[in-house]
Amino acid sequence: MTDHKQDDVTGIETTGHSWDGIEELNTPLPRWWLWTLYLTIIWGIGYSVAYPAWPMISGATSGLLGWSTRANVAQDIDAHAQKNAQLVTDLLGTDMEALPQDADLNRYAIARGGAVFRANCSQCHGSGAAGAKGYPNLLDDDWLWGGAMADIEYTVRHGIRNEQDADARYSQMPAFGAILGKDDIAAVVEHVISLSSSDFDAALAETGAEVFADNCSACHGDAGQGDRSQGAPNIGDAIWLYGSDRQALTQTVTKARFGVMPPWGGRLEEADIRAVSAYVHSLGGGE
Amino acid sequence: MARNSKITDPAQDPNVSTLSDAPQEIPNELPHHTALVNRHAILEKSPTLLLIASLLVVSIGGIVEIAPLFWLENTIEKVEGVRPYSPLELTGRDIYVREGCYLCHSQMIRPMRDEVERYGHYSLAAESMYDHPFQWGSKRTGPDVARVGGRYSDAWHVDHLSDPQSVVPESIMPKYAFLADTRIDADHVQDLLKTHRFVGVPYTDEQIEQAASDFKVQADPDADYDAMLARYPGAAVSNFDGAPELTEMDALIAYLQVLGTMVDFSTFTPDASR
Repeated sequence: MTDHKQDDVTGIETTGHSWDGIEELNTPLPRWWLWTLYLTIIWGIGYSVAYPAWPMISGATSGLLGWSTRANVAQDIDAHAQKNAQLVTDLLGTDMEALPQDADLNRYAIARGGAVFRANCSQCHGSGAAGAKGYPNLLDDDWLWGGAMADIEYTVRHGIRNEQDADARYSQMPAFGAILGKDDIAAVVEHVISLSSSDFDAALAETGAEVFADNCSACHGDAGQGDRSQGAPNIGDAIWLYGSDRQALTQTVTKARFGVMPPWGGRLEEADIRAVSAYVHSLGGGE
Repeated sequence: MARNSKITDPAQDPNVSTLSDAPQEIPNELPHHTALVNRHAILEKSPTLLLIASLLVVSIGGIVEIAPLFWLENTIEKVEGVRPYSPLELTGRDIYVREGCYLCHSQMIRPMRDEVERYGHYSLAAESMYDHPFQWGSKRTGPDVARVGGRYSDAWHVDHLSDPQSVVPESIMPKYAFLADTRIDADHVQDLLKTHRFVGVPYTDEQIEQAASDFKVQADPDADYDAMLARYPGAAVSNFDGAPELTEMDALIAYLQVLGTMVDFSTFTPDASR
């Protein structure tokens, strides 16, 4: 523009436009604003050179700094693994049965196992390991498959009644609805109740005792004490996984139960499996 | 009219403008030397032209950022094991979308240590390449479910979907017990697969043809499911909800049980250039 005019009142240059005699001041942008704009442009160019940015034919430019999300996360994980390396080596080398005697290592295993438990196990067994209906309480000493360190470790590693692991613990109670009549089932339920409660029909329970001896005692034992080698629960105590009222027990006898636990062997690291076993063992019921 | 001598004649007053002060012609246009601005005025005066021009300008951003993704070879890294969803899984996925599960559950494990240690290997682009639309989500009111497959038993999923608080007392998830009462059939599952093939999922003719039978067989462990498993390796075959009828619960659990299980990470080597 050639005929830059100055506004008389403010002394600022006008744009030279005139609408109905009204002219417009050409107020310059604040210096700081302009420089900020230039800096962001320079930053943008520098950034796209330093970091992965522009799409090309067979891939994007990789950037001069060689930044990689995957390398970063791998490095981060390695750095933390490095810090615990000695403890992990010790944990992997230790005899699990002797672990509780090694105070330092045991403290590490339980802390690590607690974290593993809260992330992976708490959904079924509860954040405090007290279980839920159908999902065993791990705080008491009533174990289905054994509460020794080795038993717990095996259960964690292979799971129970799952399809994924051929070594999973497996047993299945028959659905007695197809084997026994309704009366027999009612009688055997009464007998089972009599084992741990005082509120039962004595005559019916006596009939049930015969049914029990013929059909149930092979797995659950003569006195209903259970058999850990096949995961047959102790039904003589007052601890119940699926409920202890007549309705729940009738359901159990008629249709049987089939609790499944997934195998964690392929999913968790070896150290995690040992740690979580130590954690569960430490909760109060460990044998 | 009596004249007040203190008031000057307006005609003589320099502060009062008169008609004769106005220019002969009021310039209502820009000066001639602003030719470029004049040309811009063409755009400004035609809404249609302005719209087209702004569309062109805005689309440059799209072309630079989006278009290369369609041709770049490394947009989706090639990964062994990822297959299209089985008919039952795909139906379950539709239920997942319908119920808005993505509003609280993401399916995207980000490459960060805390996420990898909690949920498992970070998600790969290939793992959601047959998702239309993807279910990455952006909000975690509940946990990420990208690798929930195989993590819990089918019975747990039934308990948890029917009444989440029965197994996780601190959960705020709503109850979805009605899924177990809503029966589904295979009437339209073939169309569903065809639609997904239309948008690029490589279903074979055989898979489309057998859609209805694969749909039923996956929820029936007593049936002959070998052919279905050959078409959809690694699919979970189970009576997911434990009830004889085929319900939405079956389909949703079938979908959840396959999430994140298709890639075998023991043999996977990440491409370092990412």
